Amino acid sequence: MNGVLAAVDWTIIKDRILHPDSTFVSALWKTVYIAVVAQIIGVLLGLVAALARMSRLRLLRLLSGLYVLVFRGTPVIVQIFFVYFGANLLFGFDLFPRTVGFGTFAVSGAIMAGIAALSINEGAYMREIIRAGIDSIDRGQMEAAKSLGMSPGLAMRRIVLPQAARVIIPPLGNEFNNMLKTTSLLAFIGVTEMFQDADIHYSTTFKPVEYFAAVAFWYLVLTTIWSFIQAWIERKLAAGEYADDLSLRERWMHAFAPVGNAWWRIRG
Amino acid sequence: MSDVVMRATDVHKRFGRLEVLKGVSLELAPRESVCIIGPSGSGKTTFIRCINHLEKIDAGRIEVNGKLIGYREKGGKLVEDSEKNVARERVEVGMVFQRFNLFPHMTALENVIEAPVRVRGVPREQAVADAEKLLDRVGLLEKCGTYPAKLSGGQQQRVAIARALAMKPALMLFDEPTSALDPEVTGEVLSVMEELAHEGMTMIVVTHEMGFARKAADRVVMMDDGQIIEEGTPEHFFEAPEQERTKQFLSRIL
Repeated sequence: MNGVLAAVDWTIIKDRILHPDSTFVSALWKTVYIAVVAQIIGVLLGLVAALARMSRLRLLRLLSGLYVLVFRGTPVIVQIFFVYFGANLLFGFDLFPRTVGFGTFAVSGAIMAGIAALSINEGAYMREIIRAGIDSIDRGQMEAAKSLGMSPGLAMRRIVLPQAARVIIPPLGNEFNNMLKTTSLLAFIGVTEMFQDADIHYSTTFKPVEYFAAVAFWYLVLTTIWSFIQAWIERKLAAGEYADDLSLRERWMHAFAPVGNAWWRIRG
Repeated sequence: MSDVVMRATDVHKRFGRLEVLKGVSLELAPRESVCIIGPSGSGKTTFIRCINHLEKIDAGRIEVNGKLIGYREKGGKLVEDSEKNVARERVEVGMVFQRFNLFPHMTALENVIEAPVRVRGVPREQAVADAEKLLDRVGLLEKCGTYPAKLSGGQQQRVAIARALAMKPALMLFDEPTSALDPEVTGEVLSVMEELAHEGMTMIVVTHEMGFARKAADRVVMMDDGQIIEEGTPEHFFEAPEQERTKQFLSRIL
């Protein structure tokens, strides 16, 4: 045991954590913004698909179901490959060119493809979460809104969705936590996000443990920051009728209850 | 203005194979208040839900102020209207539900101003002033900023009444408004409704509260098995009902 650990070069890990180089910092930002953009688009796709499922038109309901069936039922890595390479192989053109310019600002085609694939995949999961949120709201709410002369769209926007949001936010937080980590799969299509950065260092130094341990630490930092933000959002949303149920400090303590429990078990 | 606020003609409604309304006809004059009584399962609630098109009807027609609700005429037949049009037609009809159905994410005041502002386009300040008047009328002015979860059942139902009145409906429907309440608070809701009736609101009340029917109704209608089997003044009903079925029903609940 001691011999194995002794082979680990701790200075590399320490250095990667305490003094991240600029390449790594830019890889970290890539991870964050890909995750944020993909999650936002995923939520919007999920919302559209959830509303399509409740449509009067059978075709829309069918499409919504098919969407979930396909994108929840196949591996996300396969979807990423299909989006990035598929168009070329099937139709002979690049769906995503090497770089896509937005004025002075350019994004690599791989990032675009990655965001597209992750968004579409996420949308399928979000549809189920949003659907469950909407279904959890008492039918009487929609009826009361209608009886006041509100159109179904207005009633959905003003009455049902704000209430459903409370139900949707906790699982949405889980989804984003997952998204932060799933971006690592984009390394396979050459996006230089955090995992790719670690992988490059590993392949040039043959020190996998050091670099992957360090990058794991950084993923943990991101997901931890996120769990604080999530607790804060949930607290905000709970304002009003549930105002005095849980304080922010209590929510944070709940978020870290597993750590606390483990700690007490070790000490006891 | 016509002399009939609501006219239902031979309304039929079925849920699958079960026929719940078997040809119901009813007319309401302006300022008239009608109580519908009858055993559960007789179709009372379904009938008033049909009036504002929360339920589709299978045959017959329902007009409020001379206009069809939920349907339009096309070549002598009734076809269902678009949801947008149905929404516009429903503005004429206020409804109070058994389970209040207040919007839990809004304060009492926000509940009341929501539809006037969003649906009728009333300026916010105007809507707030109107809402405060209405909440005062139901005795809840001091609860303007309170969320429904912090209100008692009776208070919630009074806010729900104010919310429906805020749309200035031509007709108010009450669907067993006190049957989900604790007995000690039914009185406060019933007295608000009684006042409304005396002020001349045109209303239909589905209820088991015979005391209310006696005091506030101009007319009582007895439904059984999807049909109106007897109607008349409260005096007629409670002193000399004609139908055997009505006598049975009244003897059981009085």
